[in-house]
Amino acid sequence: MSAPAANRTHRRWRVPFTETVLLVALALVIIIMSRLSPNFLSFYNFFEVTRFVAEIGMISLGMTVVILTSGIDLSVGSIVGLSAIVMGRIFGLGLGIVTATVGCLLAGALAGFANGIITTRLRIPPIVVTLATLAVYKGIALGISQGQAYQMPKSIYFLGQGYIGPVPVQLILFAVFAAVFIVVLRRTIFGHNVYAIGNNETATRFAGLRVDRTKVLVYTLSGLMTGIAALILVSRVSSARADVGESYMLDAIAAVVLGGTPISGGRGGVWGTLLALFIVGFVRNGLTLAFVPSEVQSIFIGLLLIIAVGLNQISAHRGRSS
Amino acid sequence: MRRGNARELSLLVFIAVLAGILLVFAPRFFASKNLVDILVNTSYLAIAALGMLFVILTGQIDISVGAILGVCSTLAAVTAKAGQPIVVVFLVSIAAGAILGGFNGLVSTQFRIHSIIVTLGTLYAYRGALILVTQGAWIYNVPRSFNQIGLGDVLGIPNPIWAMAIVLVVGTVVLRYTTWGRALYAIGSNTEAARLAGIPVRRVLLGAFAANGALVGLATMFFATRFSAIQSTTGSGFEFVIITAVLVGGANIFGGTGRLLGVAMGALLLGLADSAFVFLKISSYWVQAFQGFVILVAVSLDNVSFRRRRATAAERNRALTGGEA
Repeated sequence: MSAPAANRTHRRWRVPFTETVLLVALALVIIIMSRLSPNFLSFYNFFEVTRFVAEIGMISLGMTVVILTSGIDLSVGSIVGLSAIVMGRIFGLGLGIVTATVGCLLAGALAGFANGIITTRLRIPPIVVTLATLAVYKGIALGISQGQAYQMPKSIYFLGQGYIGPVPVQLILFAVFAAVFIVVLRRTIFGHNVYAIGNNETATRFAGLRVDRTKVLVYTLSGLMTGIAALILVSRVSSARADVGESYMLDAIAAVVLGGTPISGGRGGVWGTLLALFIVGFVRNGLTLAFVPSEVQSIFIGLLLIIAVGLNQISAHRGRSS
Repeated sequence: MRRGNARELSLLVFIAVLAGILLVFAPRFFASKNLVDILVNTSYLAIAALGMLFVILTGQIDISVGAILGVCSTLAAVTAKAGQPIVVVFLVSIAAGAILGGFNGLVSTQFRIHSIIVTLGTLYAYRGALILVTQGAWIYNVPRSFNQIGLGDVLGIPNPIWAMAIVLVVGTVVLRYTTWGRALYAIGSNTEAARLAGIPVRRVLLGAFAANGALVGLATMFFATRFSAIQSTTGSGFEFVIITAVLVGGANIFGGTGRLLGVAMGALLLGLADSAFVFLKISSYWVQAFQGFVILVAVSLDNVSFRRRRATAAERNRALTGGEA
């Protein structure tokens, strides 16, 4: 990590390696799953997978940027619940679906903004801040709703259940956002700042870049993306509950780390996350078609995560010694 | 270490304020039976929190403890139902915890993967494996002797409180006076320096993870034994409560600092708050919001006092009055 020259060679060697491993893994997953279930290889089913991928994916995009700065956001699962509840509550008050949608996105962005402000102003590590806000946001969502579910109107079903041609609406939305993230991370000053902070925050600060402002923006973005995921989720399941997004935090972090962005930040990016998302999505979907219960699927996701990171780690070591 | 009483003091203030509010609004809270109940509810938290403190002191973390608690609860209940003596039930639960915790440590140290990733993975894997085996079925009809562990008492003091007291004393001795205990602090303060000083870092880390698992196994014996049926999902969210107790108790998430007294007080505050909400007739749905808020306040207080301490240390260096700092 310390020697810049060594870092450069190891980086050039490693990035394609990670993505090659992911592609091979994806191919393996597709072959195994199509053996397990004859219905796996079909267009219809591919689009079913994307329904799952789009929600986790929106969160993973924001999470990728957060982890690139060597931060983490453990509160996303609770932000999903909070955004959903705010949306349900506003609609329940009779303020109309447009206001409710704006409220949903605003709640997500505000929650993320609060994470960013607390971690930068009070200098508390993000893992502690977001562990705390995980509880705070979930508690607020439960407190507002008192554990109830809100029914949502038909007018928003389009987002989560509709099609444009044969393609689910949320897949198109997700593709647009993924493209925007790729461009922003590669081509903008903000993107360069994100990588710089992840590589060496102190040096970045001394270089005169606005580290704190970038970080606040990063966490706000993560919150906003989570709000969007909540919106899609609510419209897919037609109702809003406080505990809807609980498992999303693990899946989103798994996708980012599986995708080759190390937890220490500075390297990796959206492409790896996208590949990993589809691996996770195909594994879950294929096993569902083979009638494997979702908790048992989690064994595979968990092991996949450890093996992938382990392989990456071994390759990094070989890269360093060669 | 000597000047590190700030957290214990602020926790004491927190607990005092809470007690004051209760005294005004719900004096029945102070019925001795309720106070004993609170201690009993705190005890399994405190036992497991000691294990988590071992791990967090080294700068690592284990977020799979909820799943480990689930596996241990199920194994203990099944062993008890098979008619095994209580000693065997204890051993099975503790051994299972040690193996699962040790596996986390082994993967993390051997492949050099950060423990948050490893235990994120094993959190899925342990829980999934448990549900695969039990098929999600509840375990009913555990023998009376099993429940007696958690509900019984010795000399009028409930068993869990005894267990907590013993664990706290042993834990304090281990952390203060054993080589292994000091090594935990050394690794957390500066892993590289600890390695160069000849501390077998990997072995100590492996030990910390295994000990954490074993303590979760022990905590299980005072958690699962209070119920008449064991679910496969038992212990979900447990990791959050334990990590909260440790952080609120003053341990640094990056390792190197933290004391058992503070952690025990952190566990007590969480147990107290849980019960206080019931007595103040506040919906239990707000409990989590409160817990999160407590972490934030505790950690920011700590940060302020840490900065002040650093400032005074710098002044002292400038004045060249002593080499102590």
